[in-house]
Amino acid sequence: MDWAMIAIYILAVIIIVAAIFSITQKDLLLAVIGTSAISVVLSIFYYLLQAPDVALTEAAIGVALSTIIFVIAIKKTERYEE
Amino acid sequence: MRKVTAIFVLAVIGFYMISIIATIPFGVKRDNVGQHYLKNTVKETGAVNTVTAIVVSYRGFDTLGEVTVLFLAATGLGAILFDKKSKKRRLQHASLIVRVGAHLLYPLIVLLGAYVFVHGHLTPGGGFQGGAIIATGVLLMFMSYRTFETSHKVLVYIESLAGIVFVLAGFSGLIWGNSFLQNILPAGEAGTLLSAGIIPIIYIAVGFKVGAELTGLLDNLLKTIK
Repeated sequence: MDWAMIAIYILAVIIIVAAIFSITQKDLLLAVIGTSAISVVLSIFYYLLQAPDVALTEAAIGVALSTIIFVIAIKKTERYEE
Repeated sequence: MRKVTAIFVLAVIGFYMISIIATIPFGVKRDNVGQHYLKNTVKETGAVNTVTAIVVSYRGFDTLGEVTVLFLAATGLGAILFDKKSKKRRLQHASLIVRVGAHLLYPLIVLLGAYVFVHGHLTPGGGFQGGAIIATGVLLMFMSYRTFETSHKVLVYIESLAGIVFVLAGFSGLIWGNSFLQNILPAGEAGTLLSAGIIPIIYIAVGFKVGAELTGLLDNLLKTIK
Protein backbone atom coordinates (compact mmCIF):
# COMPACT_ATOMS: atom_id res chain seq x y z
CA MET A 1 0.00 0.00 0.00
CA ASP A 2 1.51 3.31 -1.01
CA TRP A 3 1.36 6.60 0.86
CA ALA A 4 -1.37 8.12 -1.32
CA MET A 5 -3.83 5.38 -0.41
CA ILE A 6 -3.00 5.75 3.30
CA ALA A 7 -3.63 9.51 3.02
CA ILE A 8 -6.99 8.86 1.33
CA TYR A 9 -8.01 6.44 4.14
CA ILE A 10 -7.02 9.02 6.77
CA LEU A 11 -9.12 11.67 4.98
CA ALA A 12 -12.07 9.27 4.81
CA VAL A 13 -11.84 8.64 8.57
CA ILE A 14 -11.66 12.41 9.19
CA ILE A 15 -14.76 13.09 7.10
CA ILE A 16 -16.78 10.38 8.92
CA VAL A 17 -15.66 11.58 12.36
CA ALA A 18 -16.53 15.19 11.45
CA ALA A 19 -19.97 14.13 10.19
CA ILE A 20 -20.77 12.17 13.37
CA PHE A 21 -19.45 15.06 15.49
CA SER A 22 -21.64 17.65 13.76
CA ILE A 23 -24.74 15.46 14.06
CA THR A 24 -24.35 14.65 17.75
CA GLN A 25 -23.01 18.02 18.96
CA LYS A 26 -25.45 20.06 21.07
CA ASP A 27 -23.48 23.30 20.63
CA LEU A 28 -24.64 24.36 17.18
CA LEU A 29 -21.64 26.62 16.53
CA LEU A 30 -19.29 23.63 16.88
CA ALA A 31 -21.64 21.58 14.68
CA VAL A 32 -21.36 24.22 11.93
CA ILE A 33 -17.56 24.11 12.19
CA GLY A 34 -17.86 20.32 11.81
CA THR A 35 -19.79 20.70 8.54
CA SER A 36 -17.15 23.18 7.39
CA ALA A 37 -14.45 20.56 8.08
CA ILE A 38 -16.47 18.07 6.03
CA SER A 39 -16.44 20.56 3.12
CA VAL A 40 -12.65 21.00 3.34
CA VAL A 41 -12.01 17.24 3.14
CA LEU A 42 -14.72 16.84 0.50
CA SER A 43 -13.07 19.42 -1.76
CA ILE A 44 -9.77 17.51 -1.46
CA PHE A 45 -11.66 14.36 -2.48
CA TYR A 46 -13.21 16.11 -5.50
CA TYR A 47 -9.73 17.21 -6.54
CA LEU A 48 -8.37 13.67 -6.20
CA LEU A 49 -11.31 12.34 -8.23
CA GLN A 50 -10.30 14.73 -11.08
CA ALA A 51 -13.19 17.18 -10.67
CA PRO A 52 -11.29 20.43 -9.94
CA ASP A 53 -14.26 22.60 -11.00
CA VAL A 54 -16.47 21.06 -8.32
CA ALA A 55 -13.59 21.22 -5.82
CA LEU A 56 -13.31 25.00 -6.32
CA THR A 57 -17.05 25.45 -5.82
CA GLU A 58 -17.05 23.28 -2.70
CA ALA A 59 -14.07 25.15 -1.25
CA ALA A 60 -15.59 28.61 -1.80
CA ILE A 61 -19.28 27.96 -1.09
CA GLY A 62 -19.15 25.03 1.35
CA VAL A 63 -16.31 26.22 3.54
CA ALA A 64 -16.85 29.97 3.66
CA LEU A 65 -20.25 31.22 2.49
CA SER A 66 -22.67 28.58 3.79
CA THR A 67 -20.77 28.47 7.10
CA ILE A 68 -21.15 32.23 7.62
CA ILE A 69 -24.87 32.06 6.77
CA PHE A 70 -25.33 29.29 9.38
CA VAL A 71 -23.34 31.34 11.91
CA ILE A 72 -25.55 34.39 11.29
CA ALA A 73 -28.66 32.22 11.73
CA ILE A 74 -27.29 30.87 15.05
CA LYS A 75 -26.45 34.40 16.19
CA LYS A 76 -30.02 35.48 15.51
CA THR A 77 -31.63 32.45 17.22
CA GLU A 78 -30.12 30.16 19.85
CA ARG A 79 -26.71 28.64 20.22
CA TYR A 80 -27.58 25.46 22.11
CA GLU A 81 -29.86 22.67 21.01
CA GLU A 82 -32.42 21.59 23.61
CA MET B 1 -65.47 29.85 -13.34
CA ARG B 2 -61.96 29.86 -11.87
CA LYS B 3 -62.05 26.12 -11.37
CA VAL B 4 -63.11 25.59 -14.99
CA THR B 5 -60.25 27.80 -16.17
CA ALA B 6 -57.78 25.94 -13.95
CA ILE B 7 -58.93 22.57 -15.24
CA PHE B 8 -58.73 23.82 -18.82
CA VAL B 9 -55.18 25.18 -18.38
CA LEU B 10 -54.12 21.95 -16.67
CA ALA B 11 -55.61 19.89 -19.50
CA VAL B 12 -53.76 21.94 -22.14
CA ILE B 13 -50.42 21.71 -20.27
CA GLY B 14 -50.93 18.00 -19.62
CA PHE B 15 -51.81 17.30 -23.26
CA TYR B 16 -48.66 18.98 -24.57
CA MET B 17 -46.42 17.39 -21.93
CA ILE B 18 -47.76 13.92 -22.72
CA SER B 19 -47.41 14.47 -26.45
CA ILE B 20 -43.79 15.61 -25.95
CA ILE B 21 -42.96 12.69 -23.66
CA ALA B 22 -44.53 10.27 -26.15
CA THR B 23 -42.03 11.32 -28.83
CA ILE B 24 -39.01 10.42 -26.66
CA PRO B 25 -37.92 6.86 -27.41
CA PHE B 26 -37.92 4.70 -24.30
CA GLY B 27 -35.27 2.12 -23.45
CA VAL B 28 -32.85 3.12 -26.21
CA LYS B 29 -29.19 3.20 -25.27
CA ARG B 30 -28.05 6.85 -25.42
CA ASP B 31 -24.73 7.16 -23.63
CA ASN B 32 -22.67 8.54 -26.51
CA VAL B 33 -23.20 12.23 -25.71
CA GLY B 34 -20.34 12.30 -23.16
CA GLN B 35 -17.95 10.78 -25.67
CA HIS B 36 -19.06 13.36 -28.23
CA TYR B 37 -18.22 16.20 -25.83
CA LEU B 38 -14.81 14.75 -24.97
CA LYS B 39 -13.85 14.23 -28.61
CA ASN B 40 -15.26 17.35 -30.29
CA THR B 41 -15.25 20.15 -27.70
CA VAL B 42 -11.97 21.75 -28.77
CA LYS B 43 -12.89 21.51 -32.44
CA GLU B 44 -16.42 22.91 -32.02
CA THR B 45 -16.00 25.63 -29.40
CA GLY B 46 -12.26 26.30 -29.06
CA ALA B 47 -12.41 25.93 -25.27
CA VAL B 48 -9.83 23.61 -23.70
CA ASN B 49 -11.86 23.12 -20.51
CA THR B 50 -14.67 20.74 -21.48
CA VAL B 51 -16.74 21.54 -18.37
CA THR B 52 -16.81 25.23 -19.26
CA ALA B 53 -17.72 24.45 -22.85
CA ILE B 54 -20.69 22.36 -21.67
CA VAL B 55 -21.84 24.90 -19.06
CA VAL B 56 -21.58 28.03 -21.23
CA SER B 57 -21.81 26.84 -24.82
CA TYR B 58 -23.71 23.57 -25.15
CA ARG B 59 -25.96 24.24 -22.13
CA GLY B 60 -25.71 28.04 -22.06
CA PHE B 61 -29.44 28.53 -21.73
CA ASP B 62 -29.48 26.51 -18.48
CA THR B 63 -26.71 28.75 -17.13
CA LEU B 64 -28.84 31.81 -17.90
CA GLY B 65 -31.62 30.17 -15.86
CA GLU B 66 -29.24 29.46 -12.97
CA VAL B 67 -28.04 33.07 -12.95
CA THR B 68 -31.66 34.20 -12.89
CA VAL B 69 -32.43 31.89 -9.96
CA LEU B 70 -29.48 33.31 -7.98
CA PHE B 71 -30.62 36.85 -8.83
CA LEU B 72 -34.16 36.09 -7.62
CA ALA B 73 -32.83 34.54 -4.39
CA ALA B 74 -30.69 37.63 -3.67
CA THR B 75 -33.62 39.93 -4.52
CA GLY B 76 -35.99 37.97 -2.27
CA LEU B 77 -33.55 38.10 0.63
CA GLY B 78 -33.08 41.83 0.11
CA ALA B 79 -36.86 42.32 0.07
CA ILE B 80 -37.32 40.39 3.34
CA LEU B 81 -34.48 42.20 5.13
CA PHE B 82 -35.27 45.64 3.66
CA ASP B 83 -35.11 48.46 6.18
CA LYS B 84 -35.57 52.15 5.44
CA LYS B 85 -32.93 53.27 7.94
CA SER B 86 -29.48 52.70 6.54
CA LYS B 87 -27.97 50.43 9.14
CA LYS B 88 -24.37 49.84 10.15
CA ARG B 89 -22.80 46.57 10.98
CA ARG B 90 -22.48 46.27 14.75
CA LEU B 91 -19.59 43.83 14.81
CA GLN B 92 -16.51 44.77 16.77
CA HIS B 93 -13.14 45.33 15.16
CA ALA B 94 -11.18 42.10 15.01
CA SER B 95 -7.79 41.75 16.66
CA LEU B 96 -4.67 43.32 15.15
CA ILE B 97 -3.34 40.03 13.76
CA VAL B 98 -6.60 39.28 11.96
CA ARG B 99 -6.83 42.83 10.58
CA VAL B 100 -3.27 42.86 9.20
CA GLY B 101 -3.71 39.37 7.75
CA ALA B 102 -7.01 40.31 6.13
CA HIS B 103 -5.49 43.46 4.66
CA LEU B 104 -2.68 41.42 3.10
CA LEU B 105 -4.93 38.62 1.85
CA TYR B 106 -7.86 40.64 0.48
CA PRO B 107 -6.23 41.83 -2.80
CA LEU B 108 -4.72 38.40 -3.38
CA ILE B 109 -8.09 36.65 -2.93
CA VAL B 110 -9.84 39.10 -5.28
CA LEU B 111 -7.02 38.62 -7.82
CA LEU B 112 -7.41 34.82 -7.56
CA GLY B 113 -11.16 35.13 -8.14
CA ALA B 114 -10.62 37.35 -11.19
CA TYR B 115 -8.01 34.90 -12.51
CA VAL B 116 -10.40 31.98 -12.08
CA PHE B 117 -13.23 33.56 -14.06
CA VAL B 118 -11.07 35.19 -16.75
CA HIS B 119 -9.35 31.85 -17.43
CA GLY B 120 -12.61 29.89 -17.22
CA HIS B 121 -12.19 28.37 -20.68
CA LEU B 122 -8.55 27.33 -20.06
CA THR B 123 -8.24 26.17 -16.44
CA PRO B 124 -10.69 24.60 -13.95
CA GLY B 125 -13.24 26.98 -12.53
CA GLY B 126 -15.33 29.70 -14.05
CA GLY B 127 -17.80 32.46 -13.34
CA PHE B 128 -19.55 30.92 -10.36
CA GLN B 129 -16.36 29.80 -8.64
CA GLY B 130 -14.57 33.09 -9.30
CA GLY B 131 -17.51 35.14 -8.05
CA ALA B 132 -17.78 33.02 -4.90
CA ILE B 133 -14.03 33.46 -4.23
CA ILE B 134 -14.35 37.26 -4.58
CA ALA B 135 -17.31 37.25 -2.18
CA THR B 136 -15.19 35.26 0.30
CA GLY B 137 -12.50 37.94 0.15
CA VAL B 138 -15.02 40.71 0.79
CA LEU B 139 -16.46 38.65 3.65
CA LEU B 140 -12.99 38.51 5.23
CA MET B 141 -12.84 42.32 5.12
CA PHE B 142 -16.40 42.63 6.47
CA MET B 143 -15.49 40.52 9.47
CA SER B 144 -12.16 42.24 10.17
CA TYR B 145 -13.09 45.92 9.78
CA ARG B 146 -16.36 47.36 11.06
CA THR B 147 -15.91 50.43 8.88
CA PHE B 148 -15.34 48.55 5.60
CA GLU B 149 -18.32 49.40 3.39
CA THR B 150 -19.42 48.37 -0.07
CA SER B 151 -21.58 50.78 -2.05
CA HIS B 152 -24.95 49.16 -2.57
CA LYS B 153 -25.60 51.24 -5.69
CA VAL B 154 -22.36 50.15 -7.39
CA LEU B 155 -23.16 46.50 -6.62
CA VAL B 156 -26.62 46.84 -8.17
CA TYR B 157 -25.18 48.50 -11.29
CA ILE B 158 -22.50 45.80 -11.71
CA GLU B 159 -25.12 43.09 -11.29
CA SER B 160 -27.54 44.62 -13.82
CA LEU B 161 -24.80 45.38 -16.35
CA ALA B 162 -23.42 41.83 -16.15
CA GLY B 163 -26.89 40.36 -16.62
CA ILE B 164 -27.49 42.62 -19.64
CA VAL B 165 -24.13 41.56 -21.15
CA PHE B 166 -25.10 37.88 -20.83
CA VAL B 167 -28.49 38.40 -22.50
CA LEU B 168 -26.97 40.61 -25.24
CA ALA B 169 -24.36 37.92 -25.96
CA GLY B 170 -27.27 35.52 -26.35
CA PHE B 171 -29.16 37.85 -28.67
CA SER B 172 -26.03 38.49 -30.79
CA GLY B 173 -26.15 34.79 -31.64
CA LEU B 174 -29.79 35.24 -32.62
CA ILE B 175 -29.03 38.28 -34.82
CA TRP B 176 -25.86 37.17 -36.63
CA GLY B 177 -26.28 33.43 -36.26
CA ASN B 178 -29.10 30.93 -36.12
CA SER B 179 -29.94 30.42 -32.45
CA PHE B 180 -29.87 32.05 -29.02
CA LEU B 181 -26.36 32.00 -27.45
CA GLN B 182 -24.76 30.73 -30.64
CA ASN B 183 -20.99 31.23 -30.68
CA ILE B 184 -20.61 33.86 -33.42
CA LEU B 185 -17.07 35.03 -32.66
CA PRO B 186 -14.12 33.09 -34.17
CA ALA B 187 -12.93 30.19 -32.04
CA GLY B 188 -9.29 31.24 -32.27
CA GLU B 189 -6.30 29.14 -31.36
CA ALA B 190 -7.20 26.68 -28.62
CA GLY B 191 -5.30 27.22 -25.37
CA THR B 192 -4.75 30.96 -25.67
CA LEU B 193 -6.53 33.60 -23.60
CA LEU B 194 -8.37 35.18 -26.55
CA SER B 195 -10.06 32.05 -27.84
CA ALA B 196 -13.37 30.21 -27.64
CA GLY B 197 -15.51 33.07 -28.99
CA ILE B 198 -18.13 34.40 -26.59
CA ILE B 199 -17.39 31.91 -23.77
CA PRO B 200 -14.90 34.22 -21.94
CA ILE B 201 -17.23 37.22 -22.34
CA ILE B 202 -20.15 35.32 -20.80
CA TYR B 203 -18.03 33.86 -18.00
CA ILE B 204 -16.56 37.27 -17.09
CA ALA B 205 -20.12 38.65 -16.94
CA VAL B 206 -21.24 35.70 -14.78
CA GLY B 207 -18.22 36.19 -12.49
CA PHE B 208 -19.02 39.87 -11.91
CA LYS B 209 -22.71 39.09 -11.41
CA VAL B 210 -22.20 36.27 -8.91
CA GLY B 211 -19.54 38.23 -7.01
CA ALA B 212 -21.75 41.32 -6.72
CA GLU B 213 -24.82 39.26 -5.76
CA LEU B 214 -23.10 37.24 -3.05
CA THR B 215 -21.38 40.35 -1.66
CA GLY B 216 -24.69 42.21 -1.45
CA LEU B 217 -26.34 39.18 0.15
CA LEU B 218 -23.65 38.91 2.84
CA ASP B 219 -23.80 42.67 3.45
CA ASN B 220 -27.58 42.49 3.94
CA LEU B 221 -27.30 39.51 6.28
CA LEU B 222 -24.46 40.91 8.40
CA LYS B 223 -26.31 44.21 8.89
CA THR B 224 -29.22 42.41 10.58
CA ILE B 225 -27.10 41.20 13.51
CA LYS B 226 -27.91 43.18 16.62
